[in-house]
Amino acid sequence: MTTLTDAWDWLTDSAHWAGDDGIWHRLLQHLVLTVVCLVISCLIALPIALVLGHLGKGGALAVNISNIGRAVPTFAVLVLLLLTPIGDWGEGPTVVALVLFALPPLLTNAYVGMREVDRSVVQAARGMGMTGRQTMVQVELPLALPMILNGVRIAAVQLVATATIAALAGGGGLGRIITAGFNLASTPQVVAGAVLVAAFALIVEGVFEIAERLAPHWARGSR
Amino acid sequence: MTAPPDDCLARNEWICGEYLSTRRQILMDAVVQHLQLTAVSVLIGLVIALPLAVLARRWGWAAGPVLAVTTILYTIPSLAMFSLLLPVYGLSASLVVAGLVLYSLTLLVRNILAGLRAVPEETRQAARGMGYGPIRLLLTVELPLALPAAMAGLRIAMVSAVSLVTVGAIVGHGGLGNLIYAGMNTYFKAQVLTASVLCVVIAILADVLLLGVQRLLTPWTRATRG
Repeated sequence: MTTLTDAWDWLTDSAHWAGDDGIWHRLLQHLVLTVVCLVISCLIALPIALVLGHLGKGGALAVNISNIGRAVPTFAVLVLLLLTPIGDWGEGPTVVALVLFALPPLLTNAYVGMREVDRSVVQAARGMGMTGRQTMVQVELPLALPMILNGVRIAAVQLVATATIAALAGGGGLGRIITAGFNLASTPQVVAGAVLVAAFALIVEGVFEIAERLAPHWARGSR
Repeated sequence: MTAPPDDCLARNEWICGEYLSTRRQILMDAVVQHLQLTAVSVLIGLVIALPLAVLARRWGWAAGPVLAVTTILYTIPSLAMFSLLLPVYGLSASLVVAGLVLYSLTLLVRNILAGLRAVPEETRQAARGMGYGPIRLLLTVELPLALPAAMAGLRIAMVSAVSLVTVGAIVGHGGLGNLIYAGMNTYFKAQVLTASVLCVVIAILADVLLLGVQRLLTPWTRATRG
């Protein structure tokens, strides 16, 4: 139990919250990395998945990419990027790795969501004289929204986890508190950092959970 | 005075045959450690997940809490998970195994439970009508029918575990992750690339192996689909 009280003491020491290595700065880095990478990933993945889903093409690619993504170790990709020229651009390797790992769930969920839209609804829309583009945006997209948002949620939680591992390869974020703790052989700091990261991940998951409950019923989907 | 050797190791190239031949033993040891950590973790995960899923199936009220707890565990990033277990296990291989067990639980419990729930009620009734007791029903009817779904979960858990082991490098027990970590600090490109590729190869081989096991265990799925 002493470890927990030591970790608590570490967390409540105001000196550990201030400065460039402080908790506030690392928390902000983690948040900015997650949000920026989530926006970039969505901008890349969603248009591709929506068009592929609308056309009904490239399904094998969109679905298999998710399985391949699981087999590739995040840490290995981070280090590989670090040793390439991308490694010279500060947070470059972190951002590239984060985006790469957020793409598969976004692609797969959006594609599957678009394909699961009832074909008769799509045909009805076409029968009413809607163009392919109108059908995609006004009919298929809203109906696929629950699945798409579920993909965004998975991607966001994964981004938080990946941003943590990035610290092992010199990136910023809350993971840095843990790695610094290991370097100092300070178990209280390691545990305190881990508690912060775990809390951050659970809060992100919780925010999506609440947003889903507050969403209008048609955007919630059936579970 | 001999001139320094001018090979791919000296030039620090990404792909280097010299590396493979001179560091064979180091690579083998890392692969063995990687395989051991993965296999032990997933096996322990399976031993814990199976009764949990069976209990959650038997008592409906238990399903909610079991799924909720394992899902929350899955949300915690791997580096944080290993760090949270540090006071309990210290800098040991058990630390990595414990973390990976907690991750595989979500995937295994969820899939085994889904498989058990998908067993048709008529099938269960028929077995009961033939005089099967609850244990025999579970072992000879429900579990075999849940096997395809359970195996799907096992494959995902195995592949994820192979890639998560690398993060164990932070405590010095990361299998190929140790080589990646060391290679990062010394800027040793051949070592980082070789170890990374080996990780992916292990993941793919493990997946294919489990797929083969699944085919052997469930011959009836081929008969009906073929």
